[in-house]
Amino acid sequence: MKRRGRVLGVCAALTLVLALLLLLSAGVGSVRIPPGDAAWILLTGQGEATQVSIIMSIRLPRALMAALLGGALALSGFLLQTFFANPIAGPFVLGVSSGAKLTVALALIVLAQRMHALSSWELVLAAFAGAMLSMGFVLLAARQLRGMASLLVAGVMIGYICSAITDFAVTFAQDAQIVNLHGWSQGSFSGMSWENVRAAAWMVGLSSLLCLLLAKPIGALQLGEAYAQSVGVPIRALRAALVVLSSVLSACVTAFAGPVSFVGIAAPFLVKRLLGTAKPLAVIPASFLGGAVFCVGCDLIARTAFAPTELSISTVTSAFGAPVVIALMLLRQRGRADG
Amino acid sequence: MAEGFAFSADNLTVGYDGRPLIRRIGFQLRPGEILALIGPNGGGKTTILRTIAGQLAAQAGTVWIGKDEQSGLRARELAKRLSVMLTGRIQPELMTCYDVAAAGRYPYTGRLGVLGSEDHAVVRRCLSQVHALEIADRDFARVSDGQRQRVLLARALCQEPEILVLDEPTSYLDVHHRTELLSILRRMSREQGLAVILSLHEIDLAQKVADRVLCVKGETIASSGTPEEVFAAGNIEALFDLRSGSCDARCGSAELEPPEGKPRVFVLGGAGYGTVHYRRLQRQGIPFDTGILFDNDVDYPVARALAGQVIAEAAFGVISSFSIDAAVNAVRTCGTLLYTGVPIRAQNACFEDLMRMAEREGIRIVRDADELD
Repeated sequence: MKRRGRVLGVCAALTLVLALLLLLSAGVGSVRIPPGDAAWILLTGQGEATQVSIIMSIRLPRALMAALLGGALALSGFLLQTFFANPIAGPFVLGVSSGAKLTVALALIVLAQRMHALSSWELVLAAFAGAMLSMGFVLLAARQLRGMASLLVAGVMIGYICSAITDFAVTFAQDAQIVNLHGWSQGSFSGMSWENVRAAAWMVGLSSLLCLLLAKPIGALQLGEAYAQSVGVPIRALRAALVVLSSVLSACVTAFAGPVSFVGIAAPFLVKRLLGTAKPLAVIPASFLGGAVFCVGCDLIARTAFAPTELSISTVTSAFGAPVVIALMLLRQRGRADG
Repeated sequence: MAEGFAFSADNLTVGYDGRPLIRRIGFQLRPGEILALIGPNGGGKTTILRTIAGQLAAQAGTVWIGKDEQSGLRARELAKRLSVMLTGRIQPELMTCYDVAAAGRYPYTGRLGVLGSEDHAVVRRCLSQVHALEIADRDFARVSDGQRQRVLLARALCQEPEILVLDEPTSYLDVHHRTELLSILRRMSREQGLAVILSLHEIDLAQKVADRVLCVKGETIASSGTPEEVFAAGNIEALFDLRSGSCDARCGSAELEPPEGKPRVFVLGGAGYGTVHYRRLQRQGIPFDTGILFDNDVDYPVARALAGQVIAEAAFGVISSFSIDAAVNAVRTCGTLLYTGVPIRAQNACFEDLMRMAEREGIRIVRDADELD
């Protein structure tokens, strides 16, 4: 089949690009490490001690995290787009990321002060609670509102409300915490530990696998709920699964890297165009790879473009992602005018 | 349930959220039969179809799929025996017509929904049955409405059902595509023993395609039976709140309201020459009388619907002097005679006399409604 070849080709190409970007991420930075050495260190773990330490404890976890979380964001976006039958739904524009950000900030300020530093799992749990909370509001709004514009407005407003409360909390937090919080609440992949990477890998890996197992009913949903139900898709269960999975994925991202914008919309959109199909069995893995490439690339730009000053990750993802969203809206408008 | 039926509804009550809309629906359908639901918009046709298809719970009563209760079947089992084609447009992105049709294989494919060679064969067969194989690779969002409906029909057929439920399959379609789609349905049901339940806007199409007709209006089923029974005089007018006589049972077409007022022109019609003039006069709002028609004339149903007075004779008879007198009176009252160009032969030779009479008395004779003020 011609199409199967194209899907495999795209996935292979994305994997290759991802590998190259990871290598580049390991080599580029304030301490330059030649690609050959970097590759050697990545493959064997042997080399000059400082270089090994830089790559293995700073650059590699960071780049791997960017890849994992980028993939998670893309998948979360794809699930939300399926859920709302709307290609510009995504965790950031719908306020899900901001909800997660709010609860993580509160957890950091309140709990970390009273008790102890939070573990990865606790962070993810807090973020998940916030993500579900925002999602609940968006779902309530979606029941009343029709059309993709109003849904987005509702999401953006919920996002603003959450951000306002977060800012309020941050303003009154103690100095020592603010420094940490500020960087995080802007979105950044810096300072990732191997413990973070392991936790994220578990969460994201498991969710992605579940996602892939849902490829069949998700595909049926592309013809609309009524048709999906008519061929035997348990609609309620599927909708619940979509909400929970997309919230877990975006909560994971927010817990570790703060809110990261537009990856969830841009990656699935671009990947579908590359694949020439919207079949979930192809789009799910390809979106994951696409999101990973997108985020690792953006993170590379974020930390090297104006080195030693580091940009927040959302600054870069917005610069590349927002035009995609605009193109998407224009395309849809034109499609409607045509037919 | 009785032997031999593909589908039965037994004392069914349908509605939303515990509010019954239509009660006591009962009908049965054999394999190969087509049942058409007709009735005014908002009358509950879609509600009945959604209940039959299992998308809406029945408020009371039972739906039987063959010998099994519909509510007792698992969703996947039901999907293998009953498929639907819904009204309303879908705009899936990046799906070819083939992909859309293949979506109907859902109940048959495995965990990940990958199509096997048998599935591909079914999809190709169904596409060719609806004459859509040549557009299989085209983007579904970019084909015409007629093609789209045929592909959606192929999707429903891919479920290899015993029962096919279609909600307004002919809306959005032009005359050509409507008849094409219904011809395909008729052939499929006859050849494959498919029981088809569909709702239709067009009464004339229901008459042509359906073995049984169900009129949906108000709290219960207004009437049901063969098209001949249901379309008996008066039924359709009552169903759609039409003026008596405005809808003809044989051709199924409804005429607009007749113009009101004193008749101003007498139309000398017949043999189909009258109808265009009747309709033009109706559009211009000019009330008219007409005659002398035999009641088997093709002009007759339209005349009955639109004219003030129709002077008519029984089919295959002769025109009586009584009718001629009535026509003379009508021509005098109207003050204008419109001659449609109907051929004058032995049976209607009196038309010559009528025209001569009008000429003699100075009554205006026109050949077209445009010549009237």
